Amino acid sequence: MTGRIVIIGYGMAGARLATELHARPGDHKVTVLGAEPHRAYNRILLSTLLAGKIDEADVELTDLAGQGADVQTGTAVTAIDRATRTVRTTTGEQIGYDHLVLATGSRAVVPPLAGLDPDQLPDRVVPFRTLDDCRRILAAARDARTVLVLGGGLLGLEAARGLAARGLDTHVVHPLGHLMERQLDPAAGAVLAETLAGLGVRTHLGVSATKVAANPDGVRLDLADGRSLDADLLVLACGVRPDTALAAAAGLAVERGVVVDDRLRTDDPHVSAIGDCAQHDGVVGGLVAPAWSQARVVARLLTGEDAHDRYRPPPGVTRLKAAGIDLAAMGELPPPGAGHAPSGDNGGPSARCEELTFADPARGTYARLRITGDRLTGAILLGDNPAVGTVIQLFDRGAPVPADRRALLLGRSVDGPVGGTEPAASPALMPDATTVCRCNAVSKADLVGCWRAGARSVAEVVTATRAGTGCGSCRDAVAGIVEWLSGVDPVEVTR
Amino acid sequence: MTDGARAATSPGQPPREAATHCPYCALQCGMVLRDSAGRVEVLPRDFPTNRGGLCQKGWTAAELLDHPERLTTPLLRGPDGRLRPATWAEAYDRIVTGIRGLQAAHGRDAVAIFGGGGLTNEKAYALGKFARVALRTRNIDYNGRFCMSSAAAAGMRAFGVDRGLPFPLADLGRADTLLLVGANPAETMPPLARYLTEQRERGGRLIVVDPRVTATARLADLHLQPLPGTDLAVANALLHLALTEGWVDREYVASRTEGFDAVRRIAAGWWPARAERLSGVPVADLEAAARALGTARNVIILTARGAEQHAKGVDTVSAFVNLALALGLPGRPGSGYGCLTGQGNGQGGREHGQKADQLPGYRKIDDPAAREHVAAVWGVNPDDLPGPGVSAYELLDSLGTPDGPKALLVFGSNPVVSAPRAARITGRLRDLDLLVVADFLLSETAELADVVLPTAQWAEEDGTMTNLEGRVLRRRALREPPPGVRTDLRILADLTTALTAPSALPALSAPSAEVVAGDPSYRFLPSRGPLQPPDTAADSADSADPRVVFAELRRASAGGLADYAGVTWERIDAADGVFWPCPDEDGPDSPRLFADRFATPNGRARFHPVEHRPAAEEVCDEYPLYLTTGRVLAQYQSGTQTRRVGALRRAAPGPFVELHPDLAARLGVEEGDELLVRSRRGELRAPARVTATIRPDTLFTPFHWGGDGRANSVTNDALDPVSRMPEFKVCAVRVEKVTP
Repeated sequence: MTGRIVIIGYGMAGARLATELHARPGDHKVTVLGAEPHRAYNRILLSTLLAGKIDEADVELTDLAGQGADVQTGTAVTAIDRATRTVRTTTGEQIGYDHLVLATGSRAVVPPLAGLDPDQLPDRVVPFRTLDDCRRILAAARDARTVLVLGGGLLGLEAARGLAARGLDTHVVHPLGHLMERQLDPAAGAVLAETLAGLGVRTHLGVSATKVAANPDGVRLDLADGRSLDADLLVLACGVRPDTALAAAAGLAVERGVVVDDRLRTDDPHVSAIGDCAQHDGVVGGLVAPAWSQARVVARLLTGEDAHDRYRPPPGVTRLKAAGIDLAAMGELPPPGAGHAPSGDNGGPSARCEELTFADPARGTYARLRITGDRLTGAILLGDNPAVGTVIQLFDRGAPVPADRRALLLGRSVDGPVGGTEPAASPALMPDATTVCRCNAVSKADLVGCWRAGARSVAEVVTATRAGTGCGSCRDAVAGIVEWLSGVDPVEVTR
Repeated sequence: MTDGARAATSPGQPPREAATHCPYCALQCGMVLRDSAGRVEVLPRDFPTNRGGLCQKGWTAAELLDHPERLTTPLLRGPDGRLRPATWAEAYDRIVTGIRGLQAAHGRDAVAIFGGGGLTNEKAYALGKFARVALRTRNIDYNGRFCMSSAAAAGMRAFGVDRGLPFPLADLGRADTLLLVGANPAETMPPLARYLTEQRERGGRLIVVDPRVTATARLADLHLQPLPGTDLAVANALLHLALTEGWVDREYVASRTEGFDAVRRIAAGWWPARAERLSGVPVADLEAAARALGTARNVIILTARGAEQHAKGVDTVSAFVNLALALGLPGRPGSGYGCLTGQGNGQGGREHGQKADQLPGYRKIDDPAAREHVAAVWGVNPDDLPGPGVSAYELLDSLGTPDGPKALLVFGSNPVVSAPRAARITGRLRDLDLLVVADFLLSETAELADVVLPTAQWAEEDGTMTNLEGRVLRRRALREPPPGVRTDLRILADLTTALTAPSALPALSAPSAEVVAGDPSYRFLPSRGPLQPPDTAADSADSADPRVVFAELRRASAGGLADYAGVTWERIDAADGVFWPCPDEDGPDSPRLFADRFATPNGRARFHPVEHRPAAEEVCDEYPLYLTTGRVLAQYQSGTQTRRVGALRRAAPGPFVELHPDLAARLGVEEGDELLVRSRRGELRAPARVTATIRPDTLFTPFHWGGDGRANSVTNDALDPVSRMPEFKVCAVRVEKVTP
């Protein structure tokens, strides 16, 4: 398709779309308008930035400047005129489009608390969403000793972990009974809270905040249970809301997000929406994987690479991985003991549903798998579990789970090591057919035969069989067998 | 006359010995051949690569010298369609007449050459010269395209030069962390594992990346088992971690490299959880690997075919090179990046002009200065040299087509077994008007030939090989070839003379093959062609002498990237080999490269931004499993040689298909059941080998066999856009049990 493509938003979705467009042939002119003053950055790395492990330059995403796109940063769009197919920017410019893509993302929710004006937050109260937010948090954290994080979801915990890693006394206040309630069950949430405690993050669960009082010296958060927490900094991580203002003002269909179909089209065929601002099949975004998948579909459609491509939401996987925390959560997990799969589940009405759980809170380990038919339909893995990669892939790809479920639940099969050339503890117990020397295909039987034929030392056995002359790693095993033979076979020796 | 043959041969004399190297892989283990009254024995030799070790292939290598199936006379396909013995004169007559007719009718490019990475430097050089000067065809390439080309291209674009290991092999034993990616040396070059043992005993960490729990993976402290085709994402994630954990050597990056920013930004997008989801490698393992790489002192990263034989092989290698550069490894003594070359002369074979786009000395054939230099050495006009041809698979795939070559001469290769999508390639070979195969055994490709030329074996010829370290070695003859057999060099010299001296052609039918073979001083034809100026000693017979060819190779390579000008056979003899580049006879050679600068114009290594992309063929409902291919210890390459050695045949009797017990259970397959594996391109049949060492979503089959069990009937011929490497290591298949 030939034409002028305008992308509003230079975040992870907008930048990705520009890259995807560039990777495909076509005579399109791409303009990217970003409200933030800086180059697109990787939001996923912001908590690492908070932890002080990297610099701002390290969170930059691929440079689009060299990729044929006209990128205008610090340029917000003030209005969309669908009749003339133009957008107007804060610089007063009018830019025409043949196709417009909204990638406006979402904004941090500022909770309705007494003492908190969303339009005029005190210096010591900062949402955790953008690079600018990070700068403000870091500026405030420089002299801080104690920090409060309001919100115990994924974002709040990542912020808390990053700030704790800087040595700050970190408290998380969460109104619900357990952490990350959207992804975790109460048992997993409890194990996670324990893990966080070990990393210097204290959690206050099941209690709402009621009031914020900030002054130049500190911030005080009043809780519904009557307590007050004092800190040097309050980070707000109370969720995000799709940024739909432009779309709504332009008369596009907007519910929670900008409503799109399987082609990511809004109700105007010349306008698409992707990423956090889009609402597809009743679901609004928030994760990178769907946003990038959407960018790819739009690129394929707009360039004509595949006019029939349609967006299918990738399975949702939530991953929290930081030093000391290893959490993966995916799929649907009804409350424990809720019974069997509803009819129409992936495995069909008659599919058998299994629930497997393993908890070792003392070691910070929790695992829960839900298997419907022979497919994994939900999982929580917390703590070091070597099977985490396998579990995610099984879920992601809908592949059949192994017969031995323990391998997934515990991270290892209980049936022992996989093959190997290690000799048995005693040569006597080693089967005759066991290969002792792989490089020269020498079995135990060959060594015994060699001994019987008259070889009486390791050197003689090696010369005759060539065992140990390749990689040399079986030399000890050969010596052990010769020693064993000389012990058990004295009659042979004297014959 | 060969060097080795200078010793007496009559009975009663003390046994003759030749200190040479194994004929098989690029490790080129040192060995001594001893001829006791006609029986040839292999003795190990303490050489830096093998330290006295040999695997079963090496120990049994001499069995083929007097093998009953050895070819000792040319074969011609008769009117009845069958191969029958013929004289050399008849064979040459058929070849020369065929070539002349086809070139007259269809142009020079109607004749093509296909070489091999097992040929000596002299032969590789002579083959390239034969193509460009005698045939004047642009169509020459070789099976190294299926082997080393991705690593070569990535090395070239990063470092400005491609030498498999830019440091001696012994460095591996002293590495604090060693990362092997898609490499299984415990199986493919077992004596190398001695260095892995040494490394472990010194307390070093070994990390292996492989979709299978290979013999090498079992030695590892950490084994990453990614989905086939996802190594690139793993590499980018490791670089991501190096960045976020502060392990990037910023000073090195600033002073010795260029292009880091673009790579850094791509790596920023490869947070470990993303790579985990794609590859299945747990984040914790990625972190452990990155830590071992980022915090150790001496760190070596090696890739091999598992990472390279992909339609994104070059980019995958580049991703690991980027990682090595970011950690400041290349050029630091004891550290670095390298690739493990596969074929015996895979290194030298890619330096001297049997590649479609190359001239000797690793020069580019489209570089005017390179053409001028080489043309001067060859005594021809630079304008008469053909331009670049197409790559191996494209060449094979064009054979017999309306615009493709009508004749092919094959030296040291067996594409019927080794080419991807082999059934199609076999059809192409059948479509040729003239197929000539030079080999010492009747390979599957030779079985299709119109003319088969019996050639000498490694123990019957002198020459040089360049091993995986870039160390130039001497292959030394133990004895003369049997009567009726000629060396490849001799064949090329004979054909050159016949093709370039038209008036001499009638003489072709004069002497019998037996006379020719029995008289080493016989000059097949007087040199009258324009190629050999009469005032030089290089007449046609001399050009069959590897010493003469090597001397010319030195001149042709002088000033090139792979500069052999200062390498002499005597110098090799005196010092366990000579590392190239070695421009001066009296100057030093180059065991370690990049200490001060890289071979790029500005001396800096170049980062190359690379993104993961899916395999050319991903699994789907119809073909739900991945297939990957590889080697087994007791066989080598297409198996033409090793399948004919009794002990090796017993150790690895035939093809098989590895599958995981879970998959086997779902399919109702038990060990030994006959399986049918199908891809979009073909099918293979082989017995099941049920093992937990493979991922449940992946099958493995070795590629050493032809016939029903031929792995390459199934493999994907999708090519890397840069190296033109086929995607041997991953394709989509389905599998079923064959019900008897």
